[in-house]
Amino acid sequence: MNLNWMKLRPLYLLISGVALSLSFYSIFVWGFRYSIDFTGGVTVDYRFPSQQSTEAIKTALGINMEEAPKSITQSAERTIQLKYGPEFNQEKAGKLGASLSQALGENPEIVRFESVGPALSQEILRKTYVAVAIASLGILLWVTYQFKSLKFGVSAILAMIHDSVVLLGTFAALGHYMGVEVDILFVTAMLTILSFSVHDTIVVYDRVRESMRKHPGVPLYDLANKAVSETLVRSVNNSLTIIFMLFALFIMGGTTIKWFVAALLIGTISGTYSSPFVAVPLLVTWEELEKWWRGKKR
Amino acid sequence: MLPVKKLAFIFFITFLSLLFVLPASYPIKLDFLGVRVDSTLVRQPILFRNGDFVFIRDFELKLGLDLAGGSHLTFEADVSKLPQEDLVSALDGTRRAIERRVNIFGVSEATVQTSKVGQSHRILIELPGVKDTQSAVDLIGRTAQLDFRELVNPDEATVSGTPLTLANTKPTGFTGADFKRARPGFSSTTSEPIIEFETKDEGKKKFGDITSRLVGKPLAIFLDENPISAPIVNTPITEGVGQINGSFTTSQTKTLSSLLNSGALPIPVTLIEQRTIEASLGKESVQASVVAGVVGLTMVVLFMVLYYGKLGFLASTALVIYGILSLALYKLIPIVLTLPGIAGFILSVGMAVDSNILIFERMKEELRAGKRWQDAMEAGFGRAWDSIRDANIATLVTVFILFNPLNLEFLHTSGPVRGFALTLGLGIALSLFTGVFVTRTLLRTFGRRKE
Repeated sequence: MNLNWMKLRPLYLLISGVALSLSFYSIFVWGFRYSIDFTGGVTVDYRFPSQQSTEAIKTALGINMEEAPKSITQSAERTIQLKYGPEFNQEKAGKLGASLSQALGENPEIVRFESVGPALSQEILRKTYVAVAIASLGILLWVTYQFKSLKFGVSAILAMIHDSVVLLGTFAALGHYMGVEVDILFVTAMLTILSFSVHDTIVVYDRVRESMRKHPGVPLYDLANKAVSETLVRSVNNSLTIIFMLFALFIMGGTTIKWFVAALLIGTISGTYSSPFVAVPLLVTWEELEKWWRGKKR
Repeated sequence: MLPVKKLAFIFFITFLSLLFVLPASYPIKLDFLGVRVDSTLVRQPILFRNGDFVFIRDFELKLGLDLAGGSHLTFEADVSKLPQEDLVSALDGTRRAIERRVNIFGVSEATVQTSKVGQSHRILIELPGVKDTQSAVDLIGRTAQLDFRELVNPDEATVSGTPLTLANTKPTGFTGADFKRARPGFSSTTSEPIIEFETKDEGKKKFGDITSRLVGKPLAIFLDENPISAPIVNTPITEGVGQINGSFTTSQTKTLSSLLNSGALPIPVTLIEQRTIEASLGKESVQASVVAGVVGLTMVVLFMVLYYGKLGFLASTALVIYGILSLALYKLIPIVLTLPGIAGFILSVGMAVDSNILIFERMKEELRAGKRWQDAMEAGFGRAWDSIRDANIATLVTVFILFNPLNLEFLHTSGPVRGFALTLGLGIALSLFTGVFVTRTLLRTFGRRKE
């Protein structure tokens, strides 16, 4: 099986172009719904003996003239999550619970109470940017060193950025349509995807490197085709095993990590796609541009 | 090493790990051919002591607050009014006072740590299993500085109803720090709740001198800069005991006595972060993750066996060994397992399989090229190693940054990110062992020989 994968480069460009445009649209038009990890504030989860709708809670809060929360969401089965500013405290949460109990005739239990100060949330956000920057730089250096060529390093990083943008865009859209928040766990997922994306790319590049040694003089275009053919089954199989694990977690792993797992899932799929169809085409195109430039100078 | 020896080695460490993984006491009931066994295997905890070095392991899985339930509190210390040279001792004093207060709750395995981020000094508190967090926050965060003060202008005392303030009083030098012990009690005359105290030996004379000087005058008592009472001194108190009444309730006298006994905080602190998870919610997460992990693992094993046949079966065996070794390591190190930590473990399972898939795909290629099975297998391992190594190191780079082992201030120094990085990193290291060494040994021993 030796197909001419690189001939289809316009198609890959189209697919990634559409995915990136949609992602950028989501990010810049809708933006993210940040959790209290990044904005500061309080979330409190009330668990009721029976299922309550967010509408019923809203009405109950209105009747008792309670302080209006910033948001009311269903966070788990029989559980309602309210979001307040940083001035809200556990004492108020207790009183609010009593007031809800009075209005609804059902006594809720506070199963989670989280409060993050504004200064701390700023710090978490700053540290996150730093971590992403250092991780990217570390990977760039490692790939460049291992493959003795900047074009491998830069192409791998560009494929990695491709995956990050797709993931960020998906979460901006999920936030817009389903109220999904971006929290510290999401950041962890994103950093993992950065490394997974590169992990996958390195496996394909390794084949290119090996063929370059074995067949000196053969154009990179052909070596790239060979490498993609050789690694495609492995890439798909490997991703499938990770997807099995993540999918099981997404369906059955509980609500707390549901969107964290979703982020890993989206990133895994994008990361698998981007290795043969973004990182390798970029490498080949770079090489072609380099040749064209050298020919022009001569 | 001979393959047989390697196999024995793998078997040995798996068996050893299994001992750690199984529950601490394990009943054995056997009735076989007239031989009856009815006993319980009990694993003894390891205790090793050598001078200051103490090593204790009970091999119980440690669960983080998000799984076991409890509260995580972060207080920020206000050090702005503190001279630089007193900083370290004041912070340490604050930590110790908070530790004593936490002990009032009788929480086992509570931790109190200080941490510095930029210019900000913090005290991190973990309270497993505490339900009434609000009272914990109140108790821990109270400065509890008790100050005995006298009027600047004693004549004012004659004017009844003059409110006592920090401005019209001055310190006598006697504070809560001079107390040896405080306890809640009731006034013998009015039966109101009061606080009885006993001064330290060196405070006895000080208190005696002050009360001798102030006979017939008020001695104002301030708690955290608020006046609570101003009794008139009738006779000098030289025996070093006294009482404070300030229209308290019984619960107030109880709390205040514990606070006074734990000592005042040298630095005022404010709560900047609080995360409380109910134990029931944590339990649900554990159960859900375990179910998901088992289902996911079964799917992976099925896939491997269906796609790669015997090879897949041997790889799955290596995967099970991987699972056992990981759990044993978690108990041995020990690692506090959190929800993101479980996710890191599950992800590392997926990555552990990757090494095998890489190797098997290589083997298939070599077989297609006409090599003998044995040679194809050895070549598969050899060729795949480069990409396995490079790819895993790239992941380890990220893990290193997320885990932040050097405690660099500009990176995450606590929280869920670290728990995730720890299990993922351990998983990758272990998967290199099981995915390459264990699988290869299994293949060499049980793989196809005839050709």
